[in-house]
Amino acid sequence: MSQTKTSKPSAVQTTGHAWDGDIQEFNNPLPSWWLWAFYATVVFAVVYWVFYPAWPVAGSYTKGVMNDITFVDSNGKSKTTHWNTRSALLRDLQESKTAVLSRDYLNKVAAASYAEILGDPEMMAFTRSMARGIFGDNCAPCHGSGGAGVIGLFPNLADDDWLWGGSVGDIQATVKNGHFGFMPAFGEVFDDAQLDDIASYVLSLSGHPVDAAASRRGKAIFQTNEGGCYYCHTHQATGLKSQGAANLTDQIWTIADVNGAADLAGKKERVKQVIANGVQRRMPSWSERLSAAQIKLLTVYVHELGGGQ
Amino acid sequence: MIKHESIETNAALLVILTLIVVSIGGLVEIVPLFYIDDTVEDVEGVRPYTALELRGRDIYQREGCYLCHSQMIRPFRDELLRYGHYSLAAESQYDHPFQWGSKRTGPDLARVGGKYSNAWHVAHLNNPRDVVPQSIMPNYPWLLQTDLDYSDIQERMRALKRTGVPYSETQQEYDANVAEFGAAAADQLDILHAEENLMHQALTEDYDGQRGRITEMDALVAYLQVLGTMVDFSKYDEGYFADFR
Ligand code: HEC
Ligand code: HEC
Ligand code: HEC
Repeated sequence: MSQTKTSKPSAVQTTGHAWDGDIQEFNNPLPSWWLWAFYATVVFAVVYWVFYPAWPVAGSYTKGVMNDITFVDSNGKSKTTHWNTRSALLRDLQESKTAVLSRDYLNKVAAASYAEILGDPEMMAFTRSMARGIFGDNCAPCHGSGGAGVIGLFPNLADDDWLWGGSVGDIQATVKNGHFGFMPAFGEVFDDAQLDDIASYVLSLSGHPVDAAASRRGKAIFQTNEGGCYYCHTHQATGLKSQGAANLTDQIWTIADVNGAADLAGKKERVKQVIANGVQRRMPSWSERLSAAQIKLLTVYVHELGGGQ
Repeated sequence: MIKHESIETNAALLVILTLIVVSIGGLVEIVPLFYIDDTVEDVEGVRPYTALELRGRDIYQREGCYLCHSQMIRPFRDELLRYGHYSLAAESQYDHPFQWGSKRTGPDLARVGGKYSNAWHVAHLNNPRDVVPQSIMPNYPWLLQTDLDYSDIQERMRALKRTGVPYSETQQEYDANVAEFGAAAADQLDILHAEENLMHQALTEDYDGQRGRITEMDALVAYLQVLGTMVDFSKYDEGYFADFR
């Protein structure tokens, strides 16, 4: 063991403790920069107590001085309170530069007609940037960040096929009120062979080379009260906006993942499943969560995403 | 004057003095909130959870959802835009323990109720990537497969009652709840009918989409769907809430 430490007298004072015989602890004073920083926090605290709510007193607390906040309440009356985060938020919403700027834009868009918005590049630029954020926070979890949806669960908003209509009026109504996409389950109504026939007919509508006899039998069910499919999908099978019923004559599928199946048998199986199980999908209503102006922005955004009509 | 040295060489004294110093901070910050009149806002609509929602809340805690999700929207503009109205103290007055949290790996859930459909929640909890491809939230597939155990629901409600949540057992307490929350809500807060109420809510609402079966998914989705929906903010002037601070 080295003896040097203990043998050399040190200039620094020690605490007097000794461990294991020779390990000692210096008793250095705190560095002065540290001490001054500490005193500064004490001074800061005292200043804070003066200007901000701080000490509890009886049933209340000291509210701070020279730091009042004035904002306008919903009745248009000006109101002054002591400093607090809630009033600070209201003042921020009413006075901060960015908030005022976006509010002014929002009011402008709210006052404009859809035709005016669509025709004005400046309003469109604002709408796109603002709506992208709202869409990301509220719609993307279901419809996907690009609006492509999830087949079977949430419809694609980025194509030009619409269940409930693709005009700005239709889209606005959809977003505001929500929708319940409903088709009854036919699994108990028809036996397997009949379901097979109906699925064949449905596929024939979009040009698939199915068995002609089966398709004819399916058609008889589809177009009569036996199946009643025409009631929602129409005799032409092009769908009905008021029911949100899908167009069955195109290549775009929203519930049955026809395009994802490798062969005709697989495609038929998927259509059969939808007919047997029916559909129940809910698009939530947004009128309580989003303001009318926000819904307007979204409407324009979604209209532009897909080929709006 | 006690010397630094005598404190440091006397462990018992060090512990006692440390406790005193720490508790002063706690007492000064926490105790006044119990008697300052404006701590909890006076708003209508906030009620304790129904039996099913309560079981959902228990599952939320069991699964550690709070490790990634807060339930506390702060009064800032960005939060307002993303999540909606800031959280009120009144909205968590029946939460024991509250789920405010501070870790946001995922979004805040204080106002997630009604935002999505039940079907979305079921698909998302089962495997988040089925609906949000870039999600890093874990899968909870057992929720759909595990039948909900609600054999001890009455004890759970009694435990909360002891902390001050107004679940009712006597006629008198029930009447008080009718006056406070209305008859429909008061029925749900009745401990003696907790099992019936839970089964009824789960079977009629069928949150998990599995008819006739009550799973843990039913309870958790019921809980998520009520979060932040109790106060109707359109009834209040914004300045009103500032009066409570
Ligand atoms: C909980 C999931 C969910 C969320 C969130 C959601 N949607 Fe939907 N949305 C649906 C479902 C499901 C449908 C299909 C309804 C049906 O089957 O008829 C739908 C349909 C639509 C349609 C009609 C599509 C068509 O083809 O006619 C539009 C437009 C739409 N959503 C826009 C939005 C916007 C904008 C938002 C965000 C504010 C949003 N959705 C948020 C689930 C959701
Ligand atoms: C009550 C109205 C209604 C009736 C009756 C009805 N459907 Fe539908 N059907 C719908 C709706 C609505 C959708 C679209 C689902 C949605 O909006 O979410 C749909 C979707 C479909 C789809 C999936 C289309 C796709 O793009 O994936 C098929 C296939 C289908 N229906 C076939 C039928 C057949 C066959 C019958 C008769 C046996 C029938 N439907 C009867 C309302 C109906
Ligand atoms: C590892 C962290 C993590 C854990 C644990 C976790 N989540 Fe999440 N959660 C996320 C992330 C990240 C997102 C955002 C992506 C997404 O929507 O999946 C999210 C999103 C969500 C959303 C959608 C919120 C919104 O407004 O879009 C809900 C609801 C949710 N989680 C519920 C839960 C529940 C219930 C649990 C417990 C069973 C849980 N989460 C556990 C990370 C987590």
